[in-house]
Amino acid sequence: MNTNEKKSLFEREGFQSLAASLICILLGLLVGFLVLLCINPAGAGTAMVSILKNFLYFPRPAIALEYFGSTLVKTAPLLLCTLSILFAYKVGLFNIGASGQYTVGAGLALYLALAFRMPWFVCLIAAMIGGALLGALAGALKAYLNVNEVIAGIMLNWISLYSVNMLLTNVKESSTTYTSPLRTGNPGALIPSLGLHHLFSENRYVTIAIPLAVLIAAAVWVVMEKTRLGYELKATGLSRNAAKYAGMREKRNIILTMAIAGCLSGLGAAFLYLSGIEQWSCAQTAVPAMGFNGIAAAFLGGLHPIGSVFSSFFIQHITSGGSYVDKMVYCSQISDLISSIIIYFCSFTLFIKHCMKQYRQKRKASAGAAKPPKQAAAAASGKGGN
Amino acid sequence: MSEYAVELLGITKRFPGILANDNITVQLRKGEIHALLGENGAGKSTLMSILFGMYQPDGGEIHKDGKKVEIRDPNDANDLGIGMVHQHFKLVECFSVLDNIILGIEPTRNGLLKKDDARKRVLELSERYRLQVDPDALVEDITVGMQQRTEILKMLYRDNEILIFDEPTAVLTVQEIAELMQIMKGLAAEGKSILFISHKLNEIMEVADRCTILRKGKYVGTVDIADATPEKLSAMMVGRDVSFKVDKQPAKPGKVILDVKGMSVASGRHKKNAVSGATFQVRSGEIVCIAGIDGNGQTELVYGLSGLEPLAGGTISLSGKDVTNETVRRRSVLGMSHIPEDRHKHGLVLDYTLEDNMVLQRYFEPQFTDQFGMLKRREIHDYAQRLIDRYDVRSGQGCETVVRAMSGGNQQKAIIAREIDKDPDFLIAVQPTRGVDVGAIEFIHKQLVEQRDAGKAVLLVSLELDEVMDVPDRILVMYEGEIVGEFKPEDVTVEELGLYMTGAKRQEV
Repeated sequence: MNTNEKKSLFEREGFQSLAASLICILLGLLVGFLVLLCINPAGAGTAMVSILKNFLYFPRPAIALEYFGSTLVKTAPLLLCTLSILFAYKVGLFNIGASGQYTVGAGLALYLALAFRMPWFVCLIAAMIGGALLGALAGALKAYLNVNEVIAGIMLNWISLYSVNMLLTNVKESSTTYTSPLRTGNPGALIPSLGLHHLFSENRYVTIAIPLAVLIAAAVWVVMEKTRLGYELKATGLSRNAAKYAGMREKRNIILTMAIAGCLSGLGAAFLYLSGIEQWSCAQTAVPAMGFNGIAAAFLGGLHPIGSVFSSFFIQHITSGGSYVDKMVYCSQISDLISSIIIYFCSFTLFIKHCMKQYRQKRKASAGAAKPPKQAAAAASGKGGN
Repeated sequence: MSEYAVELLGITKRFPGILANDNITVQLRKGEIHALLGENGAGKSTLMSILFGMYQPDGGEIHKDGKKVEIRDPNDANDLGIGMVHQHFKLVECFSVLDNIILGIEPTRNGLLKKDDARKRVLELSERYRLQVDPDALVEDITVGMQQRTEILKMLYRDNEILIFDEPTAVLTVQEIAELMQIMKGLAAEGKSILFISHKLNEIMEVADRCTILRKGKYVGTVDIADATPEKLSAMMVGRDVSFKVDKQPAKPGKVILDVKGMSVASGRHKKNAVSGATFQVRSGEIVCIAGIDGNGQTELVYGLSGLEPLAGGTISLSGKDVTNETVRRRSVLGMSHIPEDRHKHGLVLDYTLEDNMVLQRYFEPQFTDQFGMLKRREIHDYAQRLIDRYDVRSGQGCETVVRAMSGGNQQKAIIAREIDKDPDFLIAVQPTRGVDVGAIEFIHKQLVEQRDAGKAVLLVSLELDEVMDVPDRILVMYEGEIVGEFKPEDVTVEELGLYMTGAKRQEV
């Protein structure tokens, strides 16, 4: 066997993924900077620094820490959406419906919390079930009617958005379009912090949702790589016919995958809204961006659950950082524009990785031509090993 | 002018862990049929892929008409007049036959497709070379045989001068093979140069002018067929003597394992049943062969037996248990193993590693999955390694090899190892020797006979007459979805079988 054969650092899969992600980030920053330069050259440098600094914008460490906490609070739901996309992707499905599942999760969690004054864990579970059902619906359409999950997902996103807006209008504040704040409406629906907020300068939005999200990432990795379920689901994704031949219930597997992915997205929404950091606006006309940012984060994280933890943080970091851009120099949309540009480039990770592989192969080929005897000897020993 | 149409000089190509081509030279004369002979993994397909521009060689040169050329991709090859029929077809499944043939050189007028002339030419070619196709049928709906004819037409349509046939007869019927041989001779007579990859010595002897033999990635020699004998070629190919006859004792059939009554399976292509009213039994300790021309319901029969398709009528019982409405998994657990016709579509998850494929039918068993649903990786690895050693499955990186990177014959060996090791009562083997070399054919036939002798019931579905005559203890002939004859191989001649297979005769069974 030559599986133990030493590979150079550059040939390791992990290194290539990391390098590709970093290249994407740099490209995104560069193009974002160019756009800023075009709009107003004077403030471009400062604006870029603000975006990258995010919570470090505040000079006092205690305040910076508090805002770091807020970024983490929003990272947790993004991570869940990322995992949702990644899970489906590994089974050969593209869960663009993550946003809709997220919306349904938010709607159910808030409605149960405000209309029925349910405790947090009930709201959390309801969000998971809601997301799962919506995911399963897209999965069933795919399995039984061969409807592409992307089309079904996009349609369901909008259906979810307006249904949730309607539902939550029943529990909104009378003077605004926002749902009533949980802290006054039903404090029992807030996810407990178990003292975690002390670590972030008493940031009261910091809850156990943050460590839970990381644990779920680890759980997703275990399920994909170590369990019978992961083996079946991946086989179904790679070859539906072979899965059928091997007696796997391939229709059930597609539905189950989408249900799990939906469950993750729904839970993500509960993690955000049950922390109390945001209220749902019943007048919003756009599907929440979390699910879409999750697509970029999944690719940026090298389609690995643990990589997703870091990529989700980075994307949330620059998204939050966008709000620190000087509104006197740039119009208020600029922050979203720049973070979108960076996120856009993040989804090029696989492409960059592919380019890197090609480049290395070419290098290798020309090196092989230059010194054939050594290469031949290596090949011969490789052959002897099998 | 050079006497050679194309020359591959000193070609070397390596893949991770394997030297697929080691300094190989093949010179194709103008107007000759040049056979390329070698076992699975000898490097024939790799060499042809290099000539066709799908791989870049690590060393060596390609000359066309005496001049050095670079073939970077199949378009370059096409520009040089090189066409290829691949072992695994390269057709767009959801396109029609005609669309596939004109793909890449679609005739247009003002940017709009103009297919009338193309259709006329395709029909002409189809007529002239007797390559029966339905130009409007979707490729996913037609038989493997017709898909192949589409591939050949694709090449003829492009007026290619150098034609590569990568194991073209593997899926054809006897009559079709004879016709193809005539076509190839005709093409050569018109000045086209043909590279013909085959495992079948009789075909090479019949049609080729010269033959180059490869073994384990190395060049063994080039011989004139006029001076060669099948024995000599075979010895050069495998480096040892091969027995062509299947060595077996008379069968001792025991109790009925598979009992099929009035089985019908609907066709995906037309309103008629693909299988209608099939009734037969397979006993323990015997090999029963379903013989017939491709597309007479054999595929659907197997789908019905294995549970991949529901029955339109009739019953199936396995070891006395009615399994008519059981799932694929349930049938497998009850003792049915299935070596499928299409190893890429059904038999393997090509992007899984070899070890993951080795447990494809058993991963859920307690020995490979614990009570928490976690896979027992160590046990899976050890089990796969045992199968690899016992059945001599060769690959670049052992258990860790991604199956897609393995040669066709070794992929087949992996499937056979997996299905036989499951210790089934009833084994279905559909064209188990399709596209594998003489050495592997011998191995596979030996395995089938061993299973029989161990008291298993074996159902072999084959298009190869040699196999039909040599391996089984009983032959059932299928024609248009019905079983039209039952024979003992020693009581029937190939000619007689041919009459039943073509529908000229039938028994009341």
